[in-house]
Amino acid sequence: MAKPLDYESLNENVKKTAYAVRGELYLRASELQKEGKKIIFTNVGNPHALGQKPLTFPRQVVALCQAPFLLDDPNVGLLFPADAIARAKHYLQLTSGGLGAYSDSRGIPGVRKEVAEFIERRDGYPTDPELIFLTDGASKGVMQMLNAIIRNENDGILVPVPQYPLYSAAITLYGGSLVPYYLEEEANWSLDFNNIRQSIASARSKGITVRAMVIINPGNPTGQCLSEANIRELLRFCFLENLVLLADEVYQQNIYQDERPFISARKILFDMGPPLSKEVQLVSFHTVSKGYWGECGQRGGYFEMTNLSPKTVDEIYKVASISLSPNVPGQIFMGLMVNPPKPGDISYFKFEQESKAIMESLRKRAHIMTDGFNSCRNVVCNFTEGAMYSFPQIRLPARAIEVAKSAGKAPDVFYCLKLLEATGISTVPGSGFGQKEGVFHLRTTILPAEEDMPAIMESFKKFNDAFMEEYEDYRGYSRM
Amino acid sequence: MGSDATASVTVESINPKVLKCEYAVRGEIVTHAQRLQQQLQTNPGSLPFDEIIYCNIGNPQSLGQQPITFFREVLALSDHPALLEKPETSVLFSSDSIARAKQILSSIPGKATGAYSHSQGIKGLRDAIAEGIAARDGFPANADDIFLTDGASPGVHNMMQLLLRSESDGILCPIPQYPLYSASIALHGGTLVPYYLDEATGWGLEISEVKKQLEDARSKGITVRALVVINPGNPTGQVLAEENQRQIVEFCKNEGLVLLADEVYQENIYVDDKKFNSFKKIARSMGYGEEDLPLVSYQSISKGYYGECGKRGGYMEVTGFSSSVREQIYKVASVNLCSNISGQILASLVMNPPKPGDASYESYVAERDGILKSLARRAKALEDALNSLEGVTCNKAEGAMYLFPQVRLPQKAIEAAKAAKKAPDAFYALSLLESTGVVVVPGSGFGQVPGTYHFRCTILPQEDKIPAIISRLTAFHEAFLNQYRD
Repeated sequence: MAKPLDYESLNENVKKTAYAVRGELYLRASELQKEGKKIIFTNVGNPHALGQKPLTFPRQVVALCQAPFLLDDPNVGLLFPADAIARAKHYLQLTSGGLGAYSDSRGIPGVRKEVAEFIERRDGYPTDPELIFLTDGASKGVMQMLNAIIRNENDGILVPVPQYPLYSAAITLYGGSLVPYYLEEEANWSLDFNNIRQSIASARSKGITVRAMVIINPGNPTGQCLSEANIRELLRFCFLENLVLLADEVYQQNIYQDERPFISARKILFDMGPPLSKEVQLVSFHTVSKGYWGECGQRGGYFEMTNLSPKTVDEIYKVASISLSPNVPGQIFMGLMVNPPKPGDISYFKFEQESKAIMESLRKRAHIMTDGFNSCRNVVCNFTEGAMYSFPQIRLPARAIEVAKSAGKAPDVFYCLKLLEATGISTVPGSGFGQKEGVFHLRTTILPAEEDMPAIMESFKKFNDAFMEEYEDYRGYSRM
Repeated sequence: MGSDATASVTVESINPKVLKCEYAVRGEIVTHAQRLQQQLQTNPGSLPFDEIIYCNIGNPQSLGQQPITFFREVLALSDHPALLEKPETSVLFSSDSIARAKQILSSIPGKATGAYSHSQGIKGLRDAIAEGIAARDGFPANADDIFLTDGASPGVHNMMQLLLRSESDGILCPIPQYPLYSASIALHGGTLVPYYLDEATGWGLEISEVKKQLEDARSKGITVRALVVINPGNPTGQVLAEENQRQIVEFCKNEGLVLLADEVYQENIYVDDKKFNSFKKIARSMGYGEEDLPLVSYQSISKGYYGECGKRGGYMEVTGFSSSVREQIYKVASVNLCSNISGQILASLVMNPPKPGDASYESYVAERDGILKSLARRAKALEDALNSLEGVTCNKAEGAMYLFPQVRLPQKAIEAAKAAKKAPDAFYALSLLESTGVVVVPGSGFGQVPGTYHFRCTILPQEDKIPAIISRLTAFHEAFLNQYRD
């Protein structure tokens, strides 16, 4: 008798799903690491894994919340500053019995209120805490929304190419159709509305009902920060085409240039006023994993819904309730992130110092990496305006492409594997994110420690030049 | 406005599987209770009770149960490792919690508890869990078979996603069941194939009944993929006898079913004549190895004596699958990157708690046994009280955290329910809430033999509240019967 669950009898959608961030390159890197090779993991936006230290204040608060008996001890002031103690008491009071009790399925009401207040301060428009749901990481929220929207394979979701492959994976898992729209690499990864209109028309001609549009701002893997004009046009587009806008804004604190600061889609929507502000359906996502917090392991996130009907919100609440509640420590991290120490607080100075140091260093590393890639003759790299990644375009010689194909590998996978084996640098090939036909990239993070960066870029350049030596023909430059 | 009116997201245009699924544990009656709770705050004295007591959900720490001190010490130190460098710490924390935190941190690359871990969970923690499983069962366990998840529930969803290709795929579920299963099956587009537990024999699981339902489903063209067994049972509380478990293992093997063993209440056993045996132990002791039986065993940090629901920690131990299937399980887990680290650490503590000789051992045992003995007393007190009510029979809670009494409702009450457009047990539960402030979940939320009515009540309110709950419940029930007497 055939095994009850063998590969053949698995859900097809599961089989079709791909998630390159922890795919082939990562698995190979892990193997090599086990064999004793030193690996630099730049495959995932995981700051603490590359030496970034957690901010002190939130860890103090959560430690106190974990062990409330400390709060009763007369010596607690020797180990914790008074404002951390006060904040721990504040959050414990907001819970329904400490960190160990399931909270409201949408998250602790008091924390959602703090998130609402943050959004209002940031954007200048009020928001309703009842429309903010905390989740175990932003990814869970994205998956919940896509699961709610996708009915069958005739439902399409517009997704930027290149994209963070959570979107393609979730769309495949839920049986929908991914409708790609290409970002313009030569124009700094900006939106091209002609291309977007073409994509949507093409999808519709195939019988696809395009339901939603994903925008990642700042972009992942591309790092671009959208201009206000871009976002306005986007919102107008969603209004005309009757699309829900899914605004992945998890990198809103990671901005490395001053020309285009972060502006939320929601703020612009309300700036535009009615009818758009009353009609356009928008879901905005945020997290504690990125920014200068980098608390990936806590799994803290939220989504905020604008202009979804109460009945729809109820259904989404119902699905959230099946998982009972998001993890409470992650919720407290979220509260702390949207409500950090203020000037005058005992911990403010240290908190500011720690935060600034991280942000300044990230900005520096964004430059070091971009410049390092651009110093290679066959590499062109847009500047990392925001987020945590560098996504250089690697122009590969024809012979390398042939050798890759005969090895049964996509050319950028081939290149990245060679890079890994030569230098220990573990990246994700561009094919994991999507790219134009015949154009190759890799994604790396800007997260390795600042002092290690020059050596890493040296190591990359050395490998790349040797690779080009090996595969280039002697008639000069490969096809550009 | 738009070019495609059906495109925007409304209740008419969302995924029908979302519309179809239900989860009564946090359903209508809870929403109503929250409204009443608001009312008590804004208008005290306006209701015949002073407080709402939530007996709808297995959430021990929300009702006053204290966490295990040792576990929280280790977590606080892991969350804020800077404490380990301060001399004051050894005054405030037990020496073995300090040692354990150091050991856990050294098993985490870079001691970075804020980093995404391996998608199955931190290796060192999985090693500790595997050791705990082996010590529990007497059979080896492999860290690579363990997937740490945000609570046991995401692991259940993962397996349903893998197993269900279409509505023609079915999963055998006990009735009554914990409605995660029915909801998950609906969400993933499969078919629930019910098998009825026998209330008359203490919610016994009869293989003949399971076989009958299996064959019935197959005759309708359903490919039955798996059998869910919840042991100890939820909402029913029965602990399976070993012989029963052997029959189940044999049955799955013969019928080619994946066995999904929900064992989250394994540390909640209140009777001396029953013991928890994991299905893995049973299968191995029958001589069935890896090759013979695909089995997924679920455990959680939310229950037991630790009750750490809000941390969202748990794991599934996946054995008996081919490597190509396991790669798919891994792949789906990797899309979410990893489960929360604090929950992972707790899972390793739960499966590897203080041992005799450890500095915290005695206080840990006192806390653990205090909670378990109290749970046993509360289970008995509530069971006796329910059985003393006219027309109510309640099976013993041998394990888990719930009582699931059957209420024989008078015909008039059933008619009143229909007139109010409510299921009879929902009508009863709502009346109970409105008279007493006690929130229970109607049996219809779990499934029951048609024409019978139940409700699920947790045994979790603190012991000192139990007498008041019992007297209010008794008074309500009498009044209800008198109102609707035939």
